[in-house]
Amino acid sequence: MPRDSALPITISQLTKRYGKTYALDHIDLEIRSGEFLTLLGPSGSGKTTLLTVLAGFTRPDGGSLKFGDTEMISTPPHKRDVGMVFQNYALFPHMTVAGNVAFALKLRGVNALETAQRVERALDMVRLAGFGARGIDQLSGGQRQRVALARAMVFEPRIMLMDEPLSALDKQLREHMQLELRQLHDTLGMTTVYVTHDQREALTMSDRIAVINGGRIMQLDTPRAIYERPRNRFVAEFIGESTFVPVQVAGGQVALGGCILKTAATAPADGPRLLMLRPERLRVLGQADIGGDHINVLDATLVSAVYQGDSSLLQVVLPDQTMLSVRSASVGLADVGQLRPGSALRLGLDVHDTVLLAPEEGPV
Amino acid sequence: MTPPPLPNTQALQRDAMRERLGLFGLVLPALLLILVTMLLPVGWLFYLSILSDNGAFSLEHYRRMWEQPSYARTFWTTFEVSLLTTGICVLLGYPLAYFLSELPKRAANLCMIAVLLPLWTSLLVRTYAWLVLLQRRGLINGWGMDLGLWDEPLSLVHNLTGTLIGTVHVMLPFLVLPLYAAMRAIDRNLLRAAANLGASPLRSFWLVLFPLAMPGLASGALIVFILCLGFYVTPAVLGGGKVIMVSSRIANDIELFFNWGAASALGVVLLVLTGALILVAMRLPGMGGMLRSQEVSR
Repeated sequence: MPRDSALPITISQLTKRYGKTYALDHIDLEIRSGEFLTLLGPSGSGKTTLLTVLAGFTRPDGGSLKFGDTEMISTPPHKRDVGMVFQNYALFPHMTVAGNVAFALKLRGVNALETAQRVERALDMVRLAGFGARGIDQLSGGQRQRVALARAMVFEPRIMLMDEPLSALDKQLREHMQLELRQLHDTLGMTTVYVTHDQREALTMSDRIAVINGGRIMQLDTPRAIYERPRNRFVAEFIGESTFVPVQVAGGQVALGGCILKTAATAPADGPRLLMLRPERLRVLGQADIGGDHINVLDATLVSAVYQGDSSLLQVVLPDQTMLSVRSASVGLADVGQLRPGSALRLGLDVHDTVLLAPEEGPV
Repeated sequence: MTPPPLPNTQALQRDAMRERLGLFGLVLPALLLILVTMLLPVGWLFYLSILSDNGAFSLEHYRRMWEQPSYARTFWTTFEVSLLTTGICVLLGYPLAYFLSELPKRAANLCMIAVLLPLWTSLLVRTYAWLVLLQRRGLINGWGMDLGLWDEPLSLVHNLTGTLIGTVHVMLPFLVLPLYAAMRAIDRNLLRAAANLGASPLRSFWLVLFPLAMPGLASGALIVFILCLGFYVTPAVLGGGKVIMVSSRIANDIELFFNWGAASALGVVLLVLTGALILVAMRLPGMGGMLRSQEVSR
């Protein structure tokens, strides 16, 4: 399918309340044509509500929802023409695999011959060729997942919605399917809205991620920007590991552990800030390592070290009693994971890895 | 090379056997009860039905049933009332069960109590209550004529209409209960999926909900139908001697004619016909699986 068979989605002022709590709080969101956008948030954040509003299953209190230039807010679900993959697949148990996949085509009056061909092609695409005559109960979880996918894309919808489609699969299969889903999206080119609470999944698959909490979009950005430059504490905490250190900015300078920290931010305004540090970005320096222009060097004392296979997690304390987590890659048998508590360490921190957040909300 | 013998195999086999015996012990009381209250009396009935009045073996009771057309009429009436009751129960109960299954659990439970409420009242009381409501000078005719809806009292009782009103009222919960359970077990996401794939609400119903709820409907309808075949009190009171079902006839044979043989023969024939009917129903395409397995809907 060519790219122009995708549709952009424009959401504005979309609001849904359950009692006094907002499931969706005046959401504005533009999803580009052909984009893979992930709604990422904890359970109860409103991400699934947003998806079900897109599908037409949930009636919002107000707002606007456009597919292309067409207002869809009060269109019933069976007239929306969007594909959807459900969390538990929702395959029809009284139909065969082929019956499930053919369902949408039959409803659209496609003749029997073409239906058979398109069903076969769709099953081929999800690598289930020849499974058409099987019953749903004869399939494994991964196979059901693929049937659900084939069923959702067989009628070539221009918008695809996915509600945690991989959450029921085991880890290995899930990681495999992430790449496969993304490839399928790139081949077919439809606009995809993907819901997940799994940050790694979101980072792996998305063009952009909308981090949602409390019915509001906390940040809408590329995976890289979401991880490297979170705009508030919620996003920084929800994605990846992080340590927050309250710091004072005075005269455009940040003090940490008794020394002045070089930061990427140009002359931050004075006042209290939260400094966010990623444990894996703090590097244990060798004796001869003197850092450099863009490396901050901090003296620290080891409190504890836990060996975790591919890496070791260290707790260290700075001279001013600030506790930090450091994740250090395991290298051989004699790495930092074997250091004794109480050892002195020198840590390196790239200026680009210092993120200053306002104590409560928003970027500096 | 033979592997060395495993330790403890005999002890483990003995444990397994003991477990099976224990399981059998659990069903034993129920089996005994069925034997004493079901199989023995039915066997006794059958024995009585092939004895003539003077105590010799004879098929005269069966021959009489075959020769006298009034018996055929009785059986026909029995099946007619049962089929009509089942049909009306399905028509009334299906939307009700669907409505209940769409309600939130708590509200559905409350409504379910309302559905089951009639079962807590004595059958006899309910039947006579209908008599009071439906008779010529009853409440319904009184109000209808006072309001000028009709001029002559309608004959609502002592006929098929009255019988059906009574039987449907009694039987409805038996249809709604299994149907509701089957519908409740259907994943609502299946209906969402159907809509998402382009099915209007009506087509979602026919293509997804109806086939998945079929086991519940089949078992509910079968229960109602079979209970109706042997129904005595309500048809006897509300039919007023005009709607004679097999059960009434059996009662007559015993109470009026003291003819246990004739009554037993009627019972045996009803039992055989019912059994044959169920067997046929299970052979119908698709029906067998529906009656046998309830887990299809999951």
